[in-house]
Amino acid sequence: MSAWIFGATSRVGEALARHWAQRGYDIVLSARRREEAEAIASDIALRFRVRAHVLVLDATDIDGHEAAILAMAASSGAIDHAALVFGDMGDQEGSQADSAAAAHVINVNYTGAVSICETLAALMIEQGSGNIIGVSSVAGDRGRASNYIYGSAKGAFTLYLQGLRNRLHEHGVGVLTVKLGFVDTRMTWALQSGLPKATPEASAAAIAAAVERGENVMYYPRFWAGIMGIIRAIPEPIYKRLKIG
Amino acid sequence: MTDIWAEREVSGWGRVPRATMLCARADHPRDVAAALAARGGEPMIAHGLGRSYGDAAMMRGGRVVFTRRLDRMLAFDEASGVVRVEAGVSVEDLILAFLPRGFFPPVVPGTWFVTVGGAIAADIHGKNHHVAGSFGDHVRAIDILVASGDVVHASRDENADLFAATIGGMGLTGVILSAEFAMERVAGPLIDMESIKFENLDEYFAVNAESDAFSHTVSWIDCTTRGDAMGRGIYMRGRHSSVLGAGDPFDAGVVDDAMKLVNARPFEANWLLNGLSIRAFNTAYFNKQLKKRVAAQAHFKSFFFPLDSVRGWNHLYGDRGFMQYQMVVPDREAVREVLTEITGAGMASFLAVIKDFGATCNGGLSFPRPGTTLALDFPNHGAPLLALMERLDRIVATAGGRVYLAKDARMSRDTFREMYPDWEAWRDVKERWDPNHHFQSEQGLRLGLCGGASS
Repeated sequence: MSAWIFGATSRVGEALARHWAQRGYDIVLSARRREEAEAIASDIALRFRVRAHVLVLDATDIDGHEAAILAMAASSGAIDHAALVFGDMGDQEGSQADSAAAAHVINVNYTGAVSICETLAALMIEQGSGNIIGVSSVAGDRGRASNYIYGSAKGAFTLYLQGLRNRLHEHGVGVLTVKLGFVDTRMTWALQSGLPKATPEASAAAIAAAVERGENVMYYPRFWAGIMGIIRAIPEPIYKRLKIG
Repeated sequence: MTDIWAEREVSGWGRVPRATMLCARADHPRDVAAALAARGGEPMIAHGLGRSYGDAAMMRGGRVVFTRRLDRMLAFDEASGVVRVEAGVSVEDLILAFLPRGFFPPVVPGTWFVTVGGAIAADIHGKNHHVAGSFGDHVRAIDILVASGDVVHASRDENADLFAATIGGMGLTGVILSAEFAMERVAGPLIDMESIKFENLDEYFAVNAESDAFSHTVSWIDCTTRGDAMGRGIYMRGRHSSVLGAGDPFDAGVVDDAMKLVNARPFEANWLLNGLSIRAFNTAYFNKQLKKRVAAQAHFKSFFFPLDSVRGWNHLYGDRGFMQYQMVVPDREAVREVLTEITGAGMASFLAVIKDFGATCNGGLSFPRPGTTLALDFPNHGAPLLALMERLDRIVATAGGRVYLAKDARMSRDTFREMYPDWEAWRDVKERWDPNHHFQSEQGLRLGLCGGASS
């Protein structure tokens, strides 16, 4: 049994890795920074007595994805779960002013994620099993002035996962789209909001449970499904005048 | 980029003082260095699980960096028991990971919710101080972020001055990022223990004198009774059992569920713990044990961490918070004087603990030294309590004793210097590594350990 985490040095990614390691899965930790990924790998191996491998990967290095993932897969065996947890919000104003900055945000959150998913999809079709978990964002549900470059990349990723799910269903491969609201991570540390922040551990447990149930799309915290339902329902002539977030 | 600084309310375990200040939370060691670089020229202090009681891990007008998420175990040698972990790893993490392999932390305090970084910074002690010394005695090396922005490896052989000053240094020499120490080999989760009732302080010392064969000793002591029964209590002594215990030697799930049973926060009220309820509790506790001596096998959780089963028990003291007074004195007469002063003051201590330390003494700002230590909790009565503590300070200082910095929220600079004669040598080391005082805490400022106050 093995579970792969792309974006393993994020706290939600690390929490997912711990969750599955505690249940006996060997873990592949993919991240850009080797040193931090290796610290997490040592920790998981020591705490849960499973094997933990490090796969150094940059989401934007699309040409390198396939070879790196295949090489790791050759030594780690079948992939039960592969979760893409990485993301980069960038800076909206910076992305507006500098098209390279905008392209980077799009490449990390969308192009890079697609590239990794396609390689995983091919492997899982061959296996005839597996789950791909794409962590998208509520920001991808509707464009907002304050973060639409990031939001559009996540929205595209959400749409991509929908198509991938449609394609992989007949191969026995599941695809779960996760739309996270506020989780207590570095992304939301300085965020002032009346809404509660979920812990990374609770988020990880909820994601793993949704995978077990074969869910297709989940919001977490769950109440975000209601919030986003309302936000999506606002007619565009009104929505464009609103200042939300 | 999202901002790494945000306003958060920070306090010690006693919840006095508490205040809002700018805080960052490190996910990885490099985040601590980033926080130091981006602290806007203000002083900074690390904050782990917040179990020091007073103002040691906070800094109004400065910055606080939370280290709890630096919680990775980096290496473990099954043969020697030597472990290397990030500084935010807790005693709980260590026990859950290593007790199933037959290892236990070498020294544990009265709660398992402390980080390794905090255990080193406060040079914590446990029930086995008389045989094992304090936590710092078991630390082989640390990696510490110092004021220059460098991460320095320090041990007894390498950067020995920094190493020694960091053990017990209350976080003022830098931010500990990781540490290496030896775990103790044990058979399982059980403790063979005895509880012995003692009727007064003399009897405590008598029982203590015949308890050498036990690696772990501690006593609960009734601080509400005067006269002949002053200092009555229950002496608990034990050792890690060689018996594995029935069934699963360690079921983390059961312990975890038990921990969630009681949460003190809904009971938060200033009136709950008053003179009457405290006296009633102490009398009931003393009378709970009917026999003079009871031998039993206990789970390590109830033996080492009895209060951890009440989440947030510090909230029982209400919004006013509480203060702890812990001191060590080299002679028995001073213990008697302290007890007389407390029972006479009419400010009851809900929970009081007494123990005799062993011979080891780490110098610097480290607390343990040979003698008897007494730890007392007081609801925050304000001025009368502060006055009582000043009177206790006099008794302790005169006897050549000292107050524990991890419990302190109010000691005066002069008293501190009287109690810790090594303070000047310690500050020389601090200034060698942190000449511009990047690392400061409210306690450090109050005690004249940082902030350039050389008077």
